[in-house]
Amino acid sequence: MNAPAEIQSHTISVLVANEPGILARVVGLFSGRGYNIESLTVAETDAKESLSRITIVTKGTPMIIEQIKAQLDRLVPVHRVRDLTVEGPHIERELALVKVKGVGEKRVEALRLADVFRAKVIDAKTDSFVFEVTGTTGKVQTFIGLMESLGVVDVGRTGIVAMSRGGEPL
Amino acid sequence: MKPEEPATTGADLLVKALIDEDVEVVFGYPGGAVLPIYDSLFKQNRLRHILVRHEQAAVHAAEGYARSTGKVGVVLVTSGPGATNAVTGLTDALMDSIPIICLTGQVPTHLIGNDAFQEADTTGITRPCTKHNYLVKAVGNLARTVHEAFYVARSGRPGPVVIDLPKDVLMNKHDYVAPPKVAAEHKSYRPQTKPDLRKIEQAVEMIAGAKRPVFYVGGGVINSGPKASKLLAQFVRMTGYPITNTLMGLGAFPASDKQFLGMLGMHGTYEANLAMHGCDVMINIGARFDDRITGNLTKFSPGSKKIHIDIDPSSINKSVRVDLAIIGDATLALEEMIKVWKARQPKVDLKALKAWWAEIETWRARNCLAYKTGGETIKPQFALERLYHHIKNTDHYITTEVGQHQMWAAQFLKFEQPNRWMTSGGLGTMGYGFPAAMGVQIAHPDALVIDVAGEASILMNIQELSTVAQYNLPVKIFILNNHYMGMVRQWQELLHGGRYSESYSESLPDFVKLADAFGAVGLRCHEPDKLDGVIEEMIKTKRPVVVDVLVDEAENCFPMIPSGAAHNEMLLGPDDKAGKVSEEGMVLV
Repeated sequence: MNAPAEIQSHTISVLVANEPGILARVVGLFSGRGYNIESLTVAETDAKESLSRITIVTKGTPMIIEQIKAQLDRLVPVHRVRDLTVEGPHIERELALVKVKGVGEKRVEALRLADVFRAKVIDAKTDSFVFEVTGTTGKVQTFIGLMESLGVVDVGRTGIVAMSRGGEPL
Repeated sequence: MKPEEPATTGADLLVKALIDEDVEVVFGYPGGAVLPIYDSLFKQNRLRHILVRHEQAAVHAAEGYARSTGKVGVVLVTSGPGATNAVTGLTDALMDSIPIICLTGQVPTHLIGNDAFQEADTTGITRPCTKHNYLVKAVGNLARTVHEAFYVARSGRPGPVVIDLPKDVLMNKHDYVAPPKVAAEHKSYRPQTKPDLRKIEQAVEMIAGAKRPVFYVGGGVINSGPKASKLLAQFVRMTGYPITNTLMGLGAFPASDKQFLGMLGMHGTYEANLAMHGCDVMINIGARFDDRITGNLTKFSPGSKKIHIDIDPSSINKSVRVDLAIIGDATLALEEMIKVWKARQPKVDLKALKAWWAEIETWRARNCLAYKTGGETIKPQFALERLYHHIKNTDHYITTEVGQHQMWAAQFLKFEQPNRWMTSGGLGTMGYGFPAAMGVQIAHPDALVIDVAGEASILMNIQELSTVAQYNLPVKIFILNNHYMGMVRQWQELLHGGRYSESYSESLPDFVKLADAFGAVGLRCHEPDKLDGVIEEMIKTKRPVVVDVLVDEAENCFPMIPSGAAHNEMLLGPDDKAGKVSEEGMVLV
């Protein structure tokens, strides 16, 4: 029973009533019970029903992950909890804004790499770019890593949003 | 949701909503932010208000009321300090799954966030210590919110719910909204109460096939209502299996029954803990594998298949992995199990069961609760035995504070029915028992209500003597006075080399004079042969009584499973040498 259990990463989608304090309830649950938050995104997704979708990436043993889901589901304003990691194939995306400052060859190289990663230039000055890149966390990470030597001065990331594949809703 | 009455103020709407939710008593303390509610209370006579002397006591009183009646307990406190003082009680109710509605005043909406006088972020502070909470920002939402709050508090796994009420919301006017006729169809909160029948059948199969079974039953059965306890007794007797109760579950099964092994856990009986350790099928109904029960998790009941029936899915596999989990209400689960058992008439392995009982009887014969009689001094265990002797044929309710006296009460007082035993199990709140006893006495005015206390715990809410005097509540406070925070001293003796750091109860008041000062009756006893007379006098006095029983200062509570140890590594008495506490055990509480 007490064999060292494997730590796994899980992506959990939580559909909640969009009401004041709901994010604090979810975040407080994680901090209060000592669970990890690797990534967290939240925004209203259904204005008519006033629902928000929270996507949480968390790490833990299978027993802890099970607890996290049960604890989330217990919160009164939580409508649905889905573990995308165990419920079949799903897709994850992240968006990052990356500000790169530089001139000359470095600037040209930055543009070239951006092209390879299908990153968009969304702001340009003579000595800087802001790139918008989307993709898996790995891709975003790699892009930022490559840009590092070309003069990254600022990075903003959304964290992961995720969805199951196929036609079924959450 | 159609308006029924002409527009009324928020405070009047609140009072009406409480009446519609069958509330009869509110435990509270006034203040600036709740003045409109107190004005509404003044103008009616359906709701009775009990004025406590500290907000923490209001919550504990409501807990006592709720636990002894099965109803929702209601608390009314003001903003700021009123709300923060209630936090301990709310946490207590959350840990022990007690249905409470706590109405807190709040500064007017336009001042929220301004650090206004007596402002506190009540919903922020109480978020982790309530089942749910609400800040009502518009009077139009008030009545509906109250009805929803009652539904949340009493359904599923019960718990405390806070409704924060800004003063302007209480003074604005709106039409009343009656409680929904059908059980509230909440959009997102729908606790599962009906168990999965296939799993019930599996459970019956596992139970019937057991050779060394044990029922392990907790407060969930009591929370489910008195019917659950009746069904439990019926089912346990049908099987002929042994049963043990948790601290919270005492009374769910009659203590006088031969199948009852007593309480289990850190200070549970030898036979209950060894049965748990050696069983092959464990049937957990409404208990949560609390750390006071399991001891060392890696050594907990290593050879058993475990069935866990609980209304709260988050209790399943939280600390102990089980083989069969059934989510549902205990009453419904027991009903279904009995049905299936009757239909199948399973053949129990009677030979194995007989051998199992024979083994249990050898453990029982160890008489683990035996203690050395004291000669000149009163042993605390003796005091409780005598107390039980005098109350066993009366209509009585017991509450406790927290510590050694609590464990001795759990060991030496016998509970034949549910809802008769109120103790702070999860949070372990010193100061719980006396206000809880007030709440019980309010609900059961003619019953004998006794708070078994220690001299340290009782001082934590001693101000409530004023409340019992005001309402002439004949609560009895039975203090086992050993001049120590006994459980602290016991741990210091066993774990910290007898260095009794700050655990001596210095400068105690004269409890007899103290009782007198508050208008209660004070009695004292220090000789074993006078104890019966004192207890008799306490019982026959129809007024609040404080009994100061001076007991052996050095007595420790046994059996004891030291921290970090397993069920089969208990200390049975002072001669069982300590030193069994491991390094890992030292860091545990």
